[in-house]
Order: sequence, then structure tokens, then C-alpha cells
Amino acid sequence: MTLDEAKRGDRIEIVNIKDALVRSQAIRLGISEGSRMQCAEIVPHGPVILKNRKQEVAIGHKLAHKIKVERVG
Amino acid sequence: MSSQKPGRAGETHAADAPKLVLAGNPNVGKSVFFNALTGMYVDVSNFPGTTVEISRGRYHDYDVIDTPGVYGVSSFNDEEKAARDIILEADLVLNVVDAVHLHRDLFLTQQLIDMGKKVIVALNLMDEAEKNGIGVNVQKLSEMLGVPVIPTMAVKNIGIAEVLGRIGDASQGNRLAGVAELLKPYTEKGLTEPEALMVLEDDGETCKRVGMQPAGLQEKLYRQRRERVDEIIAAAVNETDDKASFSVKLGRLMLRPLTGIPMLIVTLFLVFMFVGVFMGQTVVELTEEKIMEGMYRPFITDLIGKVIPPDSFLGQILAGEFGLLTMTPVYILGLLLPLVVGFYLMLSILEDSGYLPRIAVLTDKVMTRVGLNGRAIIPTILAFGCFTAATMTTRLLGSRRERFIATALLGLTIPCSAQLGVIAGMLSSLGPLYILFYVFVLVLLFGLAGRLLNRLLPGESTGLLIDLPPIRLPGVKNVLKKTFVKTKMFLKEASPLFALGALIISLLQYFGILEAIQAAIAPLTEQWLMLPKEMATVFIMGMIRRDFGAAGLSSLALTGPQLMTALITITLFVPCIAAVIVIFKERSKGEAAVIWLGSLVSAFLVGGLVARFLLLV
Repeated sequence: MTLDEAKRGDRIEIVNIKDALVRSQAIRLGISEGSRMQCAEIVPHGPVILKNRKQEVAIGHKLAHKIKVERVG
Repeated sequence: MSSQKPGRAGETHAADAPKLVLAGNPNVGKSVFFNALTGMYVDVSNFPGTTVEISRGRYHDYDVIDTPGVYGVSSFNDEEKAARDIILEADLVLNVVDAVHLHRDLFLTQQLIDMGKKVIVALNLMDEAEKNGIGVNVQKLSEMLGVPVIPTMAVKNIGIAEVLGRIGDASQGNRLAGVAELLKPYTEKGLTEPEALMVLEDDGETCKRVGMQPAGLQEKLYRQRRERVDEIIAAAVNETDDKASFSVKLGRLMLRPLTGIPMLIVTLFLVFMFVGVFMGQTVVELTEEKIMEGMYRPFITDLIGKVIPPDSFLGQILAGEFGLLTMTPVYILGLLLPLVVGFYLMLSILEDSGYLPRIAVLTDKVMTRVGLNGRAIIPTILAFGCFTAATMTTRLLGSRRERFIATALLGLTIPCSAQLGVIAGMLSSLGPLYILFYVFVLVLLFGLAGRLLNRLLPGESTGLLIDLPPIRLPGVKNVLKKTFVKTKMFLKEASPLFALGALIISLLQYFGILEAIQAAIAPLTEQWLMLPKEMATVFIMGMIRRDFGAAGLSSLALTGPQLMTALITITLFVPCIAAVIVIFKERSKGEAAVIWLGSLVSAFLVGGLVARFLLLV
């Protein structure tokens, strides 16, 4: 599934980030393929907020749609 | 192989003094260290070719240079480019990191180490880390990084003295495995190690400067660095599970539409009360009416009149109605300055409290529809202050496409504060129904024009990807300093534009061109807008100063619908002349011409439609 389909509270693992520019920016904020984090908040049809430890990062809806993720337990 | 030198190379910055550069992620408290190091004597200047402000000062023998907060060294935006160039030249780097967000911050630290820089780390916000149940093994961290690490709580002045005392201990740390070997072929060709690392990481600008092909290793090195940081965190950081603190909960409430939208409305109302009512009315009355118009203008007119005949060409240019020494300073210092200070103060508070990025998240959905993203909320808020300042701020947007859309939309639909005051006064005389109608037309147009531009323009706008800093009480000193620096930059950049604008208007008036334009558009006002032909004068005045235009309306006898038509047309009408110049400066000539003509056509088109619609109801 893609990140925009995640629900609040889901724990997810990033599978694939297509856009190379986004990939290199995200990795600096701690979001990279293979990293596990929590979907802390989601604005309906808007940005997804990913939480990794104390770090919160907001990702716009369209961008989130281009990020493949997997729900993990 | 020389790179651009940041700031001015004044006599206070001896060329041979070792450069101590402060680096860190945004919102980690870097400025407290900078102030502690440099004290009072700080030189703030623009980084060449950008609006990025760079502070510079002295500490003992060191030339101390601050850099904008960045997550890594590369060139994703202007701030990073400035930080990159300054860091490349650094002799020592004081890297301030946030103990709560080490996972994010150490990426930059490791990158600085990989560059081969001498680094000392200030592990800041130790108190917040403790509150959040995060324990850091400082010695282990220092061992793994291979550089000194000093725990601090900068705002409480704890640990700063130790950092200052140990600046000289900054050392080269432990590089990622294999990096030293990768750098070698490049350093043998004469590159410095930091430059070589930039080439390895495909930094386009550095490659161009040193005349080399990117090595294509960015992805691999970033990944390796990320893994190394994870390793360090696992070994040196101990996190007991979190209970969401009050600030985390508050931060979440700001993002949920149900609670976030009311909070946003209240915030905007408070901003409006402060900037629009207090600054815009009470303060401006004092600064513009009493001081600038009441005391300054008679004084300067008199003074110039003693030397140059007031009716002469030069007299008109200097001290005429729109003179360089009369209208320009009155407008900038009397009217715009208080408003701009007000807006920058509010924006600084929103920014430092961590609320601004959350507003960006909340508004992202709407902004995406018009081809922008949440970050565009910053120029949007500023546009209600001064469109000239807002246009300069569009530089922070991610692509040329977005900068164009933002400039066009804001210029078209957002009334600036100068104009808003006069318009609000006249609207309130018309009653609530008309107020609603006015707001409705503007919002509708914002949406329509935005969607149209988003459709028509090729390419795609960038998506939102931002770090959400914790919600905290902003520091008074920091807010004031930011406001001061931003205001100073605005005055420095915008004043020449306003002067040039005044000059153009004076010339047009002197050579009778203003009257010619007035006569030319008179039929349009009468036939199409169904307004008296004197309205043409109002439009011309609006080109000089948008509030002049609006104010001119009160002298005309208009019916309710006519006044409504006039108010809407003048809101949409072309930006003031200084704003037009800034558009030409910021955008390409073609883009600027399209924006200018576009707002002209839209203003009359919509104005005429509104006039006809109001005739029907």
C-alpha cells in the first residue's frame, strides 16, 4: 500500500520512495527504505505525520501517495 | 578553487583569522551559542545572491560565522547553499545538536566529520531530553563520533562556558568506513577534503566549481551514514518509553481539523488585532500622520524649497507630491515600517513556537489545490502586510512554478495592509451582506485562478516534506532579533524599489502621461464598470500606493453596488509600483509581464461581472 492509505496509529515500514530527490531529503530526517515508524496523525486527504522516536515529519498527500509502505505489527 | 566569501570582508574580519563556524539543524538553539561567543558586535548581511541572513562576529582570535539551520550539507535550497559554502571554508565547526532529536541531528554531525572538519559538538536541550525520558551516554557518543561532546542547556546558560573553553579541542572524528579511500583520488587532484566529499555526494554546484563530474555516490553514502547514525543511537542513547507530554498533545490538536481550524482562526484573529488594529491604526496614526506627514514633510519641503524651486523638474522629483524625499520616506517609514514590523514579529513568534509548520500542514490540502503546498502559507500571511515583502519571501518555495503561482495569486487577490485599512472602513459602512460578498468574491477568485494556473502551467509542484519541531514557548530575545534582522533586510531591499517607483510616477506625472492613461481608461470605467469617469484617477492613484487608490474612493459619490464594484476592482487591480518592480526583479521579464497584465485584465473582467451581478439582485 502507499503511505497516504495509512491510518492514525498504524506502525509502518517504508518499502520504497520513488522520487530520488525526496528520497535523499527524507533520509536525512530519518525516513529511509526499511525504516519503521508510526503514523502519528493524518489530516483527512491532507498530509501524513510520521513519528520516529521524538521526531515528527509531515509529508504532503501527493508525496505520500508515491511512497510505498507496509503495515507492521 | 576559491569560493564565494560570505558577508562583507570588512576590516573586522581579518582574512587570516581562523574561521569558527556554527552549524546545526533548525531550532536547536544555535543562536544562543552565537550570542555567547560574539557578544554585542555582530554584523548581519545577506549571503550573496540570496535573502539568507548570515551573522558574523568575533571570539578571541576567531572569526565566528553563523549558518542557517540545515539537515545536511548540500544544495536543496538557498539556505543549504549558503550553509554549504560557509562550512566548506570553516577551520573549526561548533555543531549544536538537539539531544531530543539526535537521530535526525547526527546525520549532519557525521557528514561534517566525513568532510574531515575539526568538530566540537554541543549536546543541547539536555533538560528537554531528560523530561522526555531520553538518556544520553555522553562519553560513548563522543567515543563513537571521535569528537568532543559537551552536554548543555543553552537557554539556562548551563554548559556554555565549557563549550567556549574547549573550542580549541575540536578534532577530526571517525569517518564512515571507506570514505577516506574514496576521497583520496580527489585530494590528489588538489581538491580539499570537504570539496571532495561534496563531489562524492553529487553536489552539482561544487562539481561545477571544481570542474568535475559528480561521483554518483550520494545515495550510497547517505544510506551508509544513516545506518551509522542508527548504530550510534543504539549504543549511546537510552529511551524509556514515552508518555505524550502536554506540548506533544497540543501539537497534535493543532493538526486535527476539528480543533486545529478553530485554533487557527483565533490565532489569525489575534494577529489581525495586533497588526491590523494596533499597528495599522494606533501606531500608524502616530508615525504617518503626526510624525512623517505632520513634521517631516513640511520640514523637508521647506528645506529643499530653499535651494531648489519647488515647481522645477528637480523640485518635483525630490520634494513634489510623490517626491523621493517626501512620499518615499513617508510611505516606507510612516506606514509600511510599523506594519512590516508587526507582521514579522507575529511570524517570528509563530515560527519559534513551532506553530507555523503546523499551520503549513493544516493548510496544505487547500494550498495543493491551487498548485502550491503548505509552505506557501508564509508568503500568504505576509501578503496581507506588504506584497513586496511577500514576493521576496516566495523564494522559499520549492520550484519556479510555485513561485510564479504564489506571486500571481497573492498579487491578484490579497489586499495589502495599506489598502485593507481603507477598504475595511468603507466596507463596514456598507453592512455585513456586502462584507460577506467581498470576501466571497476574493476567496472564489483565489480558488479559481489558482486551479486555472495549476492546470495550465506545465510541470508539477513540489510536495510538502517538513520536520515538525516541538511546540515550545518562544524566546523573547530570539523573536526580537529575528524581527529586527528581517525588518532591516526588508528596508534595505525594498526602499530602493519604492524610491524607483516614486521616481517613475513623478516622471509620468511631470510629462502628463498619467492624465493620458486616465483618459484612455475612462471609457472602460464608465461603460464596463458602470462607474463615474473620475474613477480612472482612483485607479492611477492605486498604482502609486494601493491605499491612495482606496482612499480616493471616499471623495466620489457612489451607490452601494458601485462602491462594491469599485472596491473589488481596486483590490484585484495591479499591485503598487514598488511591487511591480519587485516582481520584475524576482521573476523573469516574461513572467512579470504576464502577472501584471493578468491582474489588470482580471480586475476589470471581475469588476464588470460584479457590477452586472449586483444590477440583477
